[in-house]
Amino acid sequence: MTAAVSFHCVSRHFGSVRAVDQVNLTIEEGSFFAMLGPSGSGKTTCLRLISGFESPTSGEIKIFGQDVSHVPPNRRSVNTVFQDYALFPHMNVRDNVAYGPMVAGVGKAQRHAKAEEMLALVKLDGFGDRKPGQLSGGQRQRVALARALVNEPRVLLLDEPLGALDLKLREAMQDELKALQQRLGITFVFVTHDQGEALSMADHLAVFNEGKIAQIGTPAEIYDKPRTRFVADFVGSSNVLPPEVSERLGGGKRWSSLRPEALRLVAPEGARLAGTVTGLRYLGAGTRVAVDVGGTEIAALAPSGADIPGVGAAVGLAFDASALHLMEEA
Amino acid sequence: MTRVSAILPERGLADRLSTLFWRRPKLLLLLLISPPLIWLGVVYLGSLAALLLQSFYSIDEFSGVVKEEFTLKTYGELFRAANMDIIIRTLLMSAAVTITSAFVAFPIAYYAARYARGRWKAVFYLGIMLPLWSSYLVKVYAWKLILAKEGIITWAAEGIGAGFLLDTVLSLPWVGGNSLSTSFIGTWLVFVYVWMPFMILPMQASLERVPLSMLEASADLGASRKQTFRTVVLPLAMPGVIAGSIFTFSLTMGDYIIPQIVGTSARFIGQAVYQFQGTAGNIPLAAAFAMVPILIMLVYLALAKRGGAFDAL
Repeated sequence: MTAAVSFHCVSRHFGSVRAVDQVNLTIEEGSFFAMLGPSGSGKTTCLRLISGFESPTSGEIKIFGQDVSHVPPNRRSVNTVFQDYALFPHMNVRDNVAYGPMVAGVGKAQRHAKAEEMLALVKLDGFGDRKPGQLSGGQRQRVALARALVNEPRVLLLDEPLGALDLKLREAMQDELKALQQRLGITFVFVTHDQGEALSMADHLAVFNEGKIAQIGTPAEIYDKPRTRFVADFVGSSNVLPPEVSERLGGGKRWSSLRPEALRLVAPEGARLAGTVTGLRYLGAGTRVAVDVGGTEIAALAPSGADIPGVGAAVGLAFDASALHLMEEA
Repeated sequence: MTRVSAILPERGLADRLSTLFWRRPKLLLLLLISPPLIWLGVVYLGSLAALLLQSFYSIDEFSGVVKEEFTLKTYGELFRAANMDIIIRTLLMSAAVTITSAFVAFPIAYYAARYARGRWKAVFYLGIMLPLWSSYLVKVYAWKLILAKEGIITWAAEGIGAGFLLDTVLSLPWVGGNSLSTSFIGTWLVFVYVWMPFMILPMQASLERVPLSMLEASADLGASRKQTFRTVVLPLAMPGVIAGSIFTFSLTMGDYIIPQIVGTSARFIGQAVYQFQGTAGNIPLAAAFAMVPILIMLVYLALAKRGGAFDAL
């Protein structure tokens, strides 16, 4: 496997702010890679380092083995779908999509044919004559996608591409993007703060925190075996238990993670964990029950249809021993 | 707990008016726009109509009395060689001033829109507006002194041994002259200086609305800086450039003070209007002259629109 993108000890500092700090990263060719993290965690800066809108303060960035650290954006064979789409308002959809070939000097007939082909790919045939202002958010997103794909990039970068869409459209686009990536076979690098989106779409993901990568792995690895407290909490809002509690529950004296959906509500008598209910949050598919266990708040996900105890009720919590995951780091 | 009424008590006239305007939003709109509408409609368009009307009258050449009969004779007089000279001279000067202003203003506006932040932005606005605070006449007379044969420019040019350069420039046909202050070059320089803020501000406003991501998208798709400028920045800034050029163009077309103070004795449209309606008492010809800049501006706007200058609006 070739590495499509690799970072070697890359840092990007803005004054005293370390937006990206000593990051090492390898993105395999043909993968759908997500960069996940809260805002200000450095994920967008990493994307901009790949596209060339930022230069590393130190370190080396390679795209398909070639050092691009000092190559300007217009000479990199990567293209970007911008968060605000950045469509050119004075051009119609066809000219927007044909912009890449246009600046490369491709003739009008040829680049328009190419643009129509791309518009068909994103299911926008017949929209060529419209102006971006006449399109809905979802359609603009597709135009941005077609425009970025027209140059046949080897790596496609997507900066929170679904952030501005409503939930239904977002889910439809998630499926479509995934299908598109599998069809084209090119590498997608995708920035998001939505852990659900990252888990469902990516085949590899990096979780960012404070300019560093907290963990890299497949969605299942990240979800089931979070390496740090931050990852456990950020991805899937796990219960993070301090070392004393982990030890009491049969694990080692280390921080551990216990997923809410792995916990069952049982009678308090004889349960391994017992406490009082402090809050309820109805989620539709289930109810999140917050339980105060000797000062530590532990959340359990009760499936819909189950008996939900009221606030203040005494409950017990049961779980399989294998659900308790001991973390490497605090 | 005390019970609070669902409806808060009314506090006098202001609340009653608020309620009225809330129920009838159009009423408020009407009240707000009727004064400017009356001003624009009656005072402004009315005077323009009166001007248009006057331009179709003619003057009796022997008695000097205005004949209130519709005729195209006065417009015909515009095409006399001496009058055509005035029109063409004014048109060329306006075009030269506008083009120069656009070239000088663009980098300033671009810097202000793209890079100036916080304090520097304030410095920029102050720098642009400051010349507008002092009297127009004072500035023009100051320029006359600067450009005069005994002025600082001649002195400095001679001091650095570039006097011959100045002489070469002044010996150019048409635009040259005895000194900068008595040549078209001088008139042009003063026009450019005086109208510059009117070009910079609309340009800066339109450049400010071009998001950075659009420039990045262009580079991302492979465009060089030059291509980005030509295909993205310039078209998006065009409405501002056009707005600025309308200012510089029409202000130059109508001005009669600057060419009076700085430049040759050859007249511009503004001076012609001033003389025909004042000393010569030929109101119809003055009116016909005054229609020329209006017609030229209409043609200019039509061409700009056809050229797609307003597509980004």
